[in-house]
Amino acid sequence: MAAPSTTPSLPPALADAVRDDASLRRFLHGLPGVDQVGVEQRAAGLGTRSIKKASKLWAIDTAIGMVDLTTLEGADTPGKVRSLAAKARRPDPDNPDVPKVAAVCVYPDMVETAVQELRGTGIDIASVATAFPSGRSSLKVKLEDTAYAVDAGATEIDMVIDRGAFLSGRYGQVFDEIVQVKHACGDAYLKVILETGELATYDNVRRASWLGLLAGGDFIKTSTGKVSPAATLPVTHVMLQAVRDWHTQTGELRGVKPAGGIRTTKDAIKYLVAVHEVAGPEWLTPTLFRFGASTLLNDLLMQRRTQLAGHYSGPDYVTVD
Amino acid sequence: MSENRIAVAKTYKLYIGGAFPRSESGRSYPVVDAKGAFLANAAQGSRKDARDAVGAARKAFAGWSGATAYNRGQVLFRVAEVLEGRREQFIAEVAACEGVTVKKAQSLVDAAIDRWVWYAGWTDKVATVLGASNPVAGPYFSFSVPEPTGVVAVLAPQQSSLLGLISVVAPVIATGNTAVVVTSQDRPLPAVTLSEVLATSDLPGGVVNVLTGRTAEIAPWLASHADVNALDLTGAPESTRADLERAAAGTVKRVLRARPSEDFTREPDLARLRAFLEMKTVWHPIGV
Repeated sequence: MAAPSTTPSLPPALADAVRDDASLRRFLHGLPGVDQVGVEQRAAGLGTRSIKKASKLWAIDTAIGMVDLTTLEGADTPGKVRSLAAKARRPDPDNPDVPKVAAVCVYPDMVETAVQELRGTGIDIASVATAFPSGRSSLKVKLEDTAYAVDAGATEIDMVIDRGAFLSGRYGQVFDEIVQVKHACGDAYLKVILETGELATYDNVRRASWLGLLAGGDFIKTSTGKVSPAATLPVTHVMLQAVRDWHTQTGELRGVKPAGGIRTTKDAIKYLVAVHEVAGPEWLTPTLFRFGASTLLNDLLMQRRTQLAGHYSGPDYVTVD
Repeated sequence: MSENRIAVAKTYKLYIGGAFPRSESGRSYPVVDAKGAFLANAAQGSRKDARDAVGAARKAFAGWSGATAYNRGQVLFRVAEVLEGRREQFIAEVAACEGVTVKKAQSLVDAAIDRWVWYAGWTDKVATVLGASNPVAGPYFSFSVPEPTGVVAVLAPQQSSLLGLISVVAPVIATGNTAVVVTSQDRPLPAVTLSEVLATSDLPGGVVNVLTGRTAEIAPWLASHADVNALDLTGAPESTRADLERAAAGTVKRVLRARPSEDFTREPDLARLRAFLEMKTVWHPIGV
């Protein structure tokens, strides 16, 4: 097994976990099981919390600043990426005080266009890589894919794990892939997509989260957005618990990114409540929590207008895409 | 047996997007007949119900306005058939709400159903009557066609609980708009029954959304809502009309002003059909 590149001084228990294949398996299967009913009930309970007025405005602005504005379509063109970049820089041209989004997320061949558009804005350029969305290719192709995106100027890489390998218990293989992709990323942030919709159980989500963290992923991300169900609140809870526990054990802060299926401001605020309550207030920053979304931004902007103008807004007042 | 029977006290709900939800606010209010006797409880809609209704109407607009005029006519005629089947219930409700004799109520309900059929017939004729091919000085074929405005917020008449309601709702949807209807505040029962009729005929959910409650409370939110394209002020309380028009101007809505003491038993004309149509003119080059 390759050594993780970013965690030189793991505490003994975790260092032992990544020593070899067998100890990794022992560690992952030794993680406490997730109480399915409990986590779903807690997620639903926190979802009922009422956020109003000034707190709501704060939540909307915070959420806008956490959006990874995403376009991952086969039909993407440089023109579409340019208009997306324009929207990322200034989400609501009528209200210049709206914060800019955290990053733009595109396919590797569109990175160059995004870099040109976003130079000097402080907005990160994320690119999916490693045979997105299925992750079914050789390691060589995955590393090439990553290098291609990084060379083009991507500052964040969203990699997918090989779910086939994970589900058949080849944890060492998944671990090695993440470590090597992390190495190929260089200075770029690495987000590890677990594709929780294909992992079937919360126990698996917990194991995959720890696997991603042990291998050096800076973020763990729920989904590609191509599989249903995508991000759900309970799954995000489990992942937030993982980064929280990681922080407790190592002192390092790692991020979480739910992606896919979050379309409304109401949903986004539920996630922010979960972040605050499960991980902690220090995670309420774009460097540690992101939303992978495309339509969510429009709803956030509409709600922001509604809050400020005192009347309901409509989809005619935000850009179509 | 029947004298000892305990009456079923009804608490009606709203009609939004083809479903019957309770008001988001959880409120309801008693509806009484013309003499003050209790009839039923109606849901007291809030601004968030209005918001949901506008969302449902917007969602339904593409399908309804995109349906062929012929198809819309068929659907509306089907609604008239189901209205006819509920005739006795409507007569009882109109008589109770408006305090008129059963005979008078019968004539009002018949007129209302006839009015619906009349508007159903207009769906595929309105384009030929209001549209035109325009004579122009140049090698162009220029023609104008009427197109639906979009989501129309309708404040239904306060007095005429069924005939008035149908007279304002039918023309809006006949031309392909979708509607958010705020019913008569004190006489909402025929409107509730109408929503039950609409739910069980072929009308797609969301084309008509029915809100019961205080008109003065709900109307300002609809007037200022940026996703509402037009506003019918027929049932707006006199004192609020100017404010509603002002709010509607903020997003340049089409506003149909209330006519003073409109008599709905009179034969209708095309005015209400025309009110929520926009003319699209196309210049097409010819002679090549």
